[in-house]
Amino acid sequence: MANSLFEEKLCSGEFLVTTEIGPPKGVDTAEMVHHIDLLKDKVDAINVTDHQSSVMRFPSIGGCLLVKEHGGEPILQVTCRDRNRLAIQAELLLAYSRGISNVLCLTGDSVDVGDHKAAKPVFDLDSVQLLKMAKTMESGTDMEGNELKGAPKFCLGASVHPEADFIEPQLLKFEKKVAAGAQFFQTQGIFDLASLRRFMQYASQFEVKILAGIIVMASAKMARYMNDNVPGIIVSQAIIDELATAEKGKGLRKGIEIAARLIRTIKEENLCHGVHIMAVGNESIVPDILETAQLVDVHP
Amino acid sequence: MIVAEQKPLEEIRRMIVPFERVLIIGCGTCMTVCGAGGEREVSFLHNALRVAQAKSGNGTHTFSEYTLKRQCDLEFLDLLVDKVGNVDAILSLGCGIGVQAIAERFPDLSVLPGVNTSFMGMASEWGIWDERCAACGDCRLEETAGICPITRCTKGILNGPCAGTKNGKCEANKDMDCAWILIYKRLERLEQLEKMRRYRPPRNFRTIPRPRRIMIKADIAVGGGDG
Repeated sequence: MANSLFEEKLCSGEFLVTTEIGPPKGVDTAEMVHHIDLLKDKVDAINVTDHQSSVMRFPSIGGCLLVKEHGGEPILQVTCRDRNRLAIQAELLLAYSRGISNVLCLTGDSVDVGDHKAAKPVFDLDSVQLLKMAKTMESGTDMEGNELKGAPKFCLGASVHPEADFIEPQLLKFEKKVAAGAQFFQTQGIFDLASLRRFMQYASQFEVKILAGIIVMASAKMARYMNDNVPGIIVSQAIIDELATAEKGKGLRKGIEIAARLIRTIKEENLCHGVHIMAVGNESIVPDILETAQLVDVHP
Repeated sequence: MIVAEQKPLEEIRRMIVPFERVLIIGCGTCMTVCGAGGEREVSFLHNALRVAQAKSGNGTHTFSEYTLKRQCDLEFLDLLVDKVGNVDAILSLGCGIGVQAIAERFPDLSVLPGVNTSFMGMASEWGIWDERCAACGDCRLEETAGICPITRCTKGILNGPCAGTKNGKCEANKDMDCAWILIYKRLERLEQLEKMRRYRPPRNFRTIPRPRRIMIKADIAVGGGDG
């Protein structure tokens, strides 16, 4: 039996669409709830980010509870940056007890890129160790082998960077994540489909589902900024040039077209098992992307 | 060796305000080599404090100076006994260990740190010091081609690079090499890439219960070998 609705869909073989919501910095969750309502029936699952870019926010677990309350399928993002192994295990127990079983296991961005640069970076675990720890908990003990009163069951995910400029060590780490128990991967942003094709030639030997990360760019300026400042993002020059052709004020529209084109090609060529759309602060445009990519029939 | 940086003059001047007679103590080992608190730096600081006092027109400090072979050794600190009788505070240019050794040896005397102790490292070129060891108490450099990911990866992660590495550099600092890219390349060169595939479990922080203590007294008393 599947551990979650999302896991059931992963097994179904259908083309999957996930997206992510960044929680607010503060207690006003109205906009986040609006985005949840807007997206929950149009995508297969919604990630809620865990202080993305190391910027302190409302927590992922809180956002996931809201997704759940509003009838959506949440994916909890857990990074190792802010909590040690005790706190992370406790959070996983809480998540499972509240019906949140999909967990994306990440190392987390460096504290240095965020808004609390003086914070103590925890990194008691890394993403591979985190996956393994969650797997151990499923077997009925904590990571030290002490018995759990009631064991959780998860659908475990991880991240991979097919466009890394030095790919070999990333692939070796990908294999470690597969061995540690990752069932699905949401990739870092894909801007050049050639790299996704190459990656899939290699990754298809593993029994895991790959959702290609699609980052929606609102302008050439934003793309250049992300290249320089956001860890794990390498926007290709071709995409930057294309964004630069947009008329003034039409940058986001161009970004939507590019994202939709990438998604449509991925689906038509059956390149991987789905897409993960990251609209970075523009969550409300995700339905527009799906429509432009002609995916609305798949997800009415 | 231990690497430190001398504190800004203004911070040192603020610290010494309550004390009239200040003895500046240098250290002849690590602090001399890294140029933070050897005999030369003690002399420079001594002059700088006097000049600053003369310029500001206020302050009635008198300064003296002395450089020990080593501050982190109680034996060497005995040399200070006849020098501290007429001072109100010691301004130590030793590392944090030296400062604390002085505090332990002279319980009635105030001791002020004149340097910020930074890390254990080496000079990669003249004037540039790089951290190399985190003193984690559980050395695994055999597995990582002699390059320490705990020290040299900003996240100290053990199972390969994160996705933030770009052009071989770290996401936290574009001038800093990604430790895991260095490890990969060196393992490749040594034809030991299979080590990149090994799962490395979470660290055992019990190897570094703070503060740490190593006891070899017993071994010395009993003696080694078959003699």
